[in-house]
Amino acid sequence: MADVIHAPRGRALFKELPARPSIDRTTLDSAAIGEIARDVGFWRRCWSYTPLRRFLVLVFLGCAWEIYARLAGNPLMFPSLSDTLVAWATDIANGTLTSAVWTSLRILVLGYGVAVLLAAVLTTLAISTRIGTDLLATLTAMFNPLPAIAILPLALLWFGLGVQSLIFVIVHSVLWAVSLNTFTGFLSVSQTQRMVGRNYGLGGLRLVTHILIPAAFPSILAGLKIGWAFAWRTLIAAELVFGVSGDSAGLGWYIFQNRNALETAHVFAGLFTVIIIGLVIEGVVFRSIEAATVRRWGMQA
Amino acid sequence: MPSPALTTDAVTAAPGAGKQALLSVDGVTLQYQTKQQIVTATYRVSFDVYPQDRFILLGPSGCGKSTLLKGVGGFLTPVEGQIQLNNTKVTAPGADRMIVFQEFDQLLPWQTVLGNVMFPMRTTSRFPRNEWKDRAMRAVEKVGLAKFANSYPHTLSGGMKQRVAIARALAMEPKILLMDEPFAALDALTRRRMQDELLELWNDIRFTLIFVTHSIQEAIIIGSRIVVMTPHPGQIRAELDATAYTQEHAGSEDFMAFNRKINGMLFGSENIAHG
Ligand SMILES: Nc1ncnc2c1ncn2[C@@H]1O[C@H](COP(=O)(O)OP(=O)(O)OP(=O)(O)O)[C@@H](O)[C@H]1O
Ligand SMILES: [Mg+2]
Repeated sequence: MADVIHAPRGRALFKELPARPSIDRTTLDSAAIGEIARDVGFWRRCWSYTPLRRFLVLVFLGCAWEIYARLAGNPLMFPSLSDTLVAWATDIANGTLTSAVWTSLRILVLGYGVAVLLAAVLTTLAISTRIGTDLLATLTAMFNPLPAIAILPLALLWFGLGVQSLIFVIVHSVLWAVSLNTFTGFLSVSQTQRMVGRNYGLGGLRLVTHILIPAAFPSILAGLKIGWAFAWRTLIAAELVFGVSGDSAGLGWYIFQNRNALETAHVFAGLFTVIIIGLVIEGVVFRSIEAATVRRWGMQA
Repeated sequence: MPSPALTTDAVTAAPGAGKQALLSVDGVTLQYQTKQQIVTATYRVSFDVYPQDRFILLGPSGCGKSTLLKGVGGFLTPVEGQIQLNNTKVTAPGADRMIVFQEFDQLLPWQTVLGNVMFPMRTTSRFPRNEWKDRAMRAVEKVGLAKFANSYPHTLSGGMKQRVAIARALAMEPKILLMDEPFAALDALTRRRMQDELLELWNDIRFTLIFVTHSIQEAIIIGSRIVVMTPHPGQIRAELDATAYTQEHAGSEDFMAFNRKINGMLFGSENIAHG
């Protein structure tokens, strides 16, 4: 209808292009075309397998390390990969490293869990009430820039030399990062999806669990990852400062002790362990969460 | 622009005699308040929707059709006038009014097609749990997406997403169905089929439909009653009876004349001569 109306006006306004003949083509039946989808081939499929590519990077870095260390020839300052692996295997075998890892991981998971729970409460409050928003904004602005190590002396004063102090500083370092990311994620959930939820009778806490959390999951996951890294850093640093917690010592203490004894290969073995655990958590735990959620839902490439 | 003579002429049929209005919109002004300014989207809009009406909101882009729908949906509060549903004031959104939104991101990306259709059943517990899957599957089949029931929305085309949203609303068998340009993204063929499906479904269930479009043709085919709105800020130009026209009449002389009449209201009278 609109075309009919505007056509006469339009023609008068501009000079039309020269006419070109129309083309009529015959098309093939889809059966006649035959190959429509093709297997990409073994090598290319391997190459597009991310864990394999990552592993190759690791192998390359390992080789570079070994070669450099052998050329430098100074095991006290820079032990080679093989020395480190030997030290690592010995300490795994005699149990010192395993117990250190176990101690650190237990504290880490506990502190991380408490922080995530607190973050959930804080952000839920923040998204449902205006005063909650102000509370979260003020608290994060105040405490997020404060390094965990800076409040360690205070923690020691309050909780003494023990697990509680460690957990306190871990919670501090994780809480604000996770809350901030989660809240930003909540705010960026599309207005339409919120309306869809409210249209189906959701409100308050049910809107948060049914709509906001899944819709903001990419940001939440990013926050959890950052929080995990912060937790590790804080824990190792705190252990380096005051070491033994009760009956057993953690990884930081293991590193500190071996440095004092000038057992550099064992220091490296400790650092190596931190790295391995980090890689496993990132490459296995977080990656599979991502694969099962945000990637599957097409919210992240 | 609108001459008073035309306006009075346009209101052709009296509202359903004896029946009680299901939804009454009375002198409603809706505004958006942004940091810089207050935008009046609709100005003193009044109309009554009776049970089983197929009520069309027709108007140019930006005239406030979606805003009006959001008001009825309970997402916006009128600054003037009021919206009543079954004689009670609309204050909040609710599952008694199923909405198909205009936006493409109304599907929940973390749910499959079937999961999306089942989602409102799960949140409202309107039907017993053991019926959810069957009902959802039937709705998905109705919109021709049975093969994609277990796909995630990001793997669907724009038109397919829209059809899932329609299935999701229809599966709830709502008393009132609000649809905001639901067929705008569909190709002509699918659009035609969906229009037929919608009318057929209406014939089965006899729900009340409020339908937003800016296609005059679609308005006449789907609607039993058409509200024509003016450009921004939206006011009601006319409320027309369209019960006489269906798909089969498209192209007939009557149909074209009605089409031209609405065209004249929307575009101003200077264009009627060409149509
Ligand atoms: N969130 C918003 N904030 C401020 N102004 C808005 C907002 N949404 C819409 N508007 C304004 O309200 C007016 C009506 O918008 P609305 O979306 O209702 O139009 P519409 O009739 O649905 O148009 P279309 O056919 O293009 O969808 C527009 O002029 C727009 O600028
Ligand atoms: Mg709109």
